[in-house]
Amino acid sequence: MYKIAVIGDYDSIYGFAALGLDTFPVSRLEEAEKTFLKLVSSEYAVIYITEALAEKLERIIAKYKEQLMPSIILIPGISGNTGKGVEGVKKSVEQAVGSDILFSN
Amino acid sequence: MATTQVNPTRMELTRLKKKLATAVRGHKLLKDKRDELMRQFLDLVRENMELRQKVEAGIKEANKNFVIAKAGMSEQELHAALMAPKQEVYLETKKKNIMSVDIPVFEYKTRTADENDIYSYGFAFTSSDLDGAVKSLSDKLPDMLRLAEIEKSCQLMASEIEKTRRRVNALEHVIIPETQNNIKYITMKLDENERSTQIRLMKVKDMMLEETHHYKERMLNGEA
Repeated sequence: MYKIAVIGDYDSIYGFAALGLDTFPVSRLEEAEKTFLKLVSSEYAVIYITEALAEKLERIIAKYKEQLMPSIILIPGISGNTGKGVEGVKKSVEQAVGSDILFSN
Repeated sequence: MATTQVNPTRMELTRLKKKLATAVRGHKLLKDKRDELMRQFLDLVRENMELRQKVEAGIKEANKNFVIAKAGMSEQELHAALMAPKQEVYLETKKKNIMSVDIPVFEYKTRTADENDIYSYGFAFTSSDLDGAVKSLSDKLPDMLRLAEIEKSCQLMASEIEKTRRRVNALEHVIIPETQNNIKYITMKLDENERSTQIRLMKVKDMMLEETHHYKERMLNGEA
């Protein structure tokens, strides 16, 4: 049985607690890093992470890109959409095709 | 241009011919794999993009609702209301194999049978805006899970396509031409050796005839 985690600043993620997802509010970067590493090594199959935080943890997240578990998904935070998530999708197209032929416009 | 040193022997030639046959076959198979992966990937990534835009819009909407709900009640009350969640979501994961790429398949289960049992607070001290906000977020959950599944699949497939593409290119532009060149080099070398042996034999034959019949001497004496 796997669970789902949400990580980010408190204001962006507290609503998810009501749905039954495990929320991990973090404010400082070192704390976020530590929490994230703890999450990926435990029983979470999906980790939702706010775009703002994902930008800071990019290096660590990249390591888990080619593993089956966990699946790390970027979601927009309360401060708005940074376009980082869409960029991730475009990056995969670029990686597979060589250039972004689908969403370049 | 044979960059690597090859022994011009028949054994080496047979070995290289076998290698070439395997490389050509492997190239064809990998090319087919790449094409099929690409086809599936493009379908998947289109869905991924659509879903992501939908989910992002949904979360944005829900966030807006939460801000309104927060405005209508004190922070402590809000924290208290959401502190002890009633619902829990579990995931059952399976693997699906697409062209040798393992992709995850999620099935989710909620702890209580009723999926709408999401309000972890009494209604007396919270604003109705909060109900709406929680509901709007909860409506997005299935889409969010589907997004998690698809986005992960896309990432895995993208890296597999990249790997396969590299292999196809390496076979097509390096291994196969190099082997063909080596085969050509060995065949030429063997032919050359053959000719040289032939000539040597002819020469030896001439010399032996000369030794027994002394043609040159007889020619000088005017006999022939």
